[in-house]
Amino acid sequence: MADMSLNKTPVAEQEPEVRAKNFDEVTLGYSAEKAVREARRCLNCKSRPCMNGCPVSVRIPEFIAKVAEGRFEEAYDIIKSTNSLPAVCGRVCPQENQCEGRCVRGKKGEPVSIGRLERFCADYMRGRELEPKKPVPNGHKVAIVGAGPSGLTAAGDLSKLGYEVTVFEAFHTAGGVLMYGIPEFRLPKSIVQYEIDSLKKQGVNIMTNMVIGKVLSIDELFEMGYEAVFVGSGAGLPRFMGIEGEGLVGVYSANEYLTRINLMKAYKKDYATPIIKSQNVAVVGGGNVAMDAARSALRLGAKKVYIVYRRSMEELPARKEEVHHAMEEGVEFLTLNNPVKLLGDEQGRVKSVVCRKMELGEPDESGRRSPVAVEGSDYELKADTVIMAIGTSPNPLIRSTTPGLEVNKRGGLIVDDSEATTKEGVYAGGDAVTGAATVILAMGAGKKAAAAIDEYIRNKNL
Amino acid sequence: MFRIVRKKQLNESVILFDIDAPFIARKAEAGQFVIIRADEKSERVPFTIADYDREKGILTIIFQKIGGSTMDLARYGEGDMLSDVVGPLGVATEYVENAKKVAVVGGGVGCAIAYPQAKKLYGMGVEVDLIAGFRNKDIIILEEEMKAVSTRLHICTDDGSYGYHGFVTDKLKELIDGSEQRFDEVIAIGPVPMMKFVCQVTKPYGIKTIVSLNPIMIDGTGMCGGCRVTVDGKIRYACVEGPDFDGHKVDFNELVKRNSTYYEAEKQHVCRLMGGGANG
Repeated sequence: MADMSLNKTPVAEQEPEVRAKNFDEVTLGYSAEKAVREARRCLNCKSRPCMNGCPVSVRIPEFIAKVAEGRFEEAYDIIKSTNSLPAVCGRVCPQENQCEGRCVRGKKGEPVSIGRLERFCADYMRGRELEPKKPVPNGHKVAIVGAGPSGLTAAGDLSKLGYEVTVFEAFHTAGGVLMYGIPEFRLPKSIVQYEIDSLKKQGVNIMTNMVIGKVLSIDELFEMGYEAVFVGSGAGLPRFMGIEGEGLVGVYSANEYLTRINLMKAYKKDYATPIIKSQNVAVVGGGNVAMDAARSALRLGAKKVYIVYRRSMEELPARKEEVHHAMEEGVEFLTLNNPVKLLGDEQGRVKSVVCRKMELGEPDESGRRSPVAVEGSDYELKADTVIMAIGTSPNPLIRSTTPGLEVNKRGGLIVDDSEATTKEGVYAGGDAVTGAATVILAMGAGKKAAAAIDEYIRNKNL
Repeated sequence: MFRIVRKKQLNESVILFDIDAPFIARKAEAGQFVIIRADEKSERVPFTIADYDREKGILTIIFQKIGGSTMDLARYGEGDMLSDVVGPLGVATEYVENAKKVAVVGGGVGCAIAYPQAKKLYGMGVEVDLIAGFRNKDIIILEEEMKAVSTRLHICTDDGSYGYHGFVTDKLKELIDGSEQRFDEVIAIGPVPMMKFVCQVTKPYGIKTIVSLNPIMIDGTGMCGGCRVTVDGKIRYACVEGPDFDGHKVDFNELVKRNSTYYEAEKQHVCRLMGGGANG
């Protein structure tokens, strides 16, 4: 009989006033005892609605049943059979819109905490896992462009099938957004590194400092004997609002701000990369990236950190847990506010944001009620740092150097249902296709592409 | 890891590295750059490519010890390994079609980058006036090399201790006014103020002027947006759309300010390297 308590088993977290001053992980995760207790809330329903919500089709009720029995290793193996990065997904997936959003228990009370259970299994098995078996080589080579969530997922799946997989990464470290974007306090880098190392042990070859489109073209990869290429080159140029003052000193894109902190470790004294030490920080945008930037700014010592968002709390696209954590830590939410210009001092440093109040009008094509400016409501918000977290447009490097690769009007690579691009043998997924989206959607695309690449190569060699 | 196969001190503060980087050397073109991260704790620092040898797989950079990261890099010697070198990044310089006569203007260590431009143009059969400016005689670099890749080399010194007494802009104006055959293009590489003043000289004559910008950068592949510059009133990204831009349209004042973002942090970094305290 399932445990019928209406609420999730609580998870330990660092206290808000403590964690707002450090970069250590906020959520501490379940103990074995708590994991078993939470797992017993699962009804193990036949229809498995949760699985329909998972882009990488984790066999959720099956793994949870094993956790309930205390058979954590078996639970982990079930997750790992379809998900190459369980420790990551358990931490950063927007579960409320996916698996947990469809959980039957959520109809009355809270859903089963599937994310925390997935994380528990991965954390429990870290270090306990046996050396992965190297798959039997099938004699075919595949190249992956970009070592982010989509590329690593595709690499993991293809290497399991026996392909010789090489991942070309532009940065000095593999991981993509998991390394440069998502902060340590939400996703410790040692955990990402562990997942990457286990892919390497499985036989995946990763070459860093290789910017495909520059040092090698996609056509050259084919000449080198790769039979298919997956492009998961990720987010591109950060968007700015196009308002006055965005060239002032102290105005960052969220990508730059977070990369300085996460990848280049600007928050650590012994690393050379600098970052502005701010007093008042305005973060423009309402997604996960905006929350990450705001919470990072607090941890770097800012006195006041604002989220400036033009719609209302209800439309805020960030993961609920991040918004909740940000509020607990003291981030102030200025919703229904839109920056109209940035003002600077004589040295060209930003000193304030001129904000205009907004109100909600009719729903737009995305179904969200679109904000309308309130005339005469402009006011000055003091800020010595402004961080623009309003999305990115796809990277031009690959499309501009690959004949035959077509893009849509927003610059995203055009793909069909199997993630195949308009160029034979080239597949793509993640932000390079969709524009800024989530880790798990990118992983789902990588997974789909891996299956399609396998089919393509097998058909070609019939 | 990337091995430094040759290190040469060109003057008191300017150093040349030949780096074993066959993939990059195979593709490098004049005007492009690389990003170097010397070790795990270093910054990622962009350096314009000074030269390359495709057959030997060698990439050359020339840099001046001006801040913490370049002072750090200067400590590396022949045979030492650099953790990361990535490139070639940016767009290769695009020259005016069928150019017959071009002036290449270099300032200080910028001459190291003016050199491959002159070499490329001279190799294409273009008449090249290479104007190289230095503060004084003692810090002149690459004189022989520059002479070999130009029709006329004009070395200028601020104090008159060698060559032409005056700024590169004075020399450039003299050359423009003193010749029947006009320059089809001017390429200027050096400190931001120098590039700005070169553009002021050429603008009234309507001579197309290309400048190579050096904004702050992290990834160099169009992700972070740190390198954005305002050109013709629009945001442009030096890493993927540059580093060359039409100098008559660049907002140099904004670039100077943005490049000073970490001036204070940089001073402290240098102090730490010099063994002084944070306020030393």
